[in-house]
Amino acid sequence: MTAPRIAVITFPGSNDDGDAVLALSALGADAVTSWHADEALPAGTAGVLLPGGFSYGDYLRCGAIARFAPVMRDIARFAAAGGPVLGVCNGFQILCESRLLPGVLRPNRQQRFMCRDVNVVVETTRVPFTAGCAVGDELVIPVKNGEGAWYADDELFAQVVAGDQIVLRYTEDVNGARDRVAGVANEAGNVMGLMPHPEHAVDPLLGPMGGVPILEGLIEAARSWRAALV
Amino acid sequence: MKVTVLIRPKAGILDPQGEAVKGSLVKLGFPVSRANVGRLVDLELDVSDADAARAQADHMCTELLANGLIESYEISVADE
Repeated sequence: MTAPRIAVITFPGSNDDGDAVLALSALGADAVTSWHADEALPAGTAGVLLPGGFSYGDYLRCGAIARFAPVMRDIARFAAAGGPVLGVCNGFQILCESRLLPGVLRPNRQQRFMCRDVNVVVETTRVPFTAGCAVGDELVIPVKNGEGAWYADDELFAQVVAGDQIVLRYTEDVNGARDRVAGVANEAGNVMGLMPHPEHAVDPLLGPMGGVPILEGLIEAARSWRAALV
Repeated sequence: MKVTVLIRPKAGILDPQGEAVKGSLVKLGFPVSRANVGRLVDLELDVSDADAARAQADHMCTELLANGLIESYEISVADE
């Protein structure tokens, strides 16, 4: 069983791409970096991770400019074909601004950059990223962001709830996110974004291990997606 | 054609930046009960028709300049 190839996208200002490659590799993926200006994902890509950072200096709104990076067109095609895509932090913001995920990330209620471990509860296992968890499982994963409060208006929020698209919730109100939402998926379930950083929570030497099931979920989804193509 | 786009946080949307500004103004002694911080984009468009300029600016707002979930915008076109 060969390792599925997962492309980690580097935008100007990404800073968690290296950690994402290390974490995915440690968990058995063939993780490769992919440059934002590339027209296409690397050959054989079976999964995509959009890492954290401050793409394009967070100009205008977080993620708003990265949406127009050339590689995003291929990621949209990959996602539309059912390929698994995970966005972390700035990657989550980019997926929302690209309209691949519902809602938007707003400045934290407390007007501060926040860097700490948070507890999140798994709300659904409908998506591959939590397939290795049970509903109600608590994961400890660090957050580090200034604009991490997910928001949707009433109409959109009702759709997201009805579609079982809320994947992770904070156990407490950490930043003013609507209904304590920490991670959401698209309707199909193959695209997910979350503010906590799973790639920083995979090594017992460094702290909590809550990121492991999320990244393993991405790797397994990539494996099955590629197998289905063959 | 000079076009100015004014982008504001929508009413009722939590605006931490505005709250911080309000707090500082109150500390300075000003009787401020609300402050909101938006964004202003000045554009020079190479079109000669005001309606066309407005239509293009509107398209820019829905495509990039504003996020309709949390922001509203106003467009003004300066005829010269």
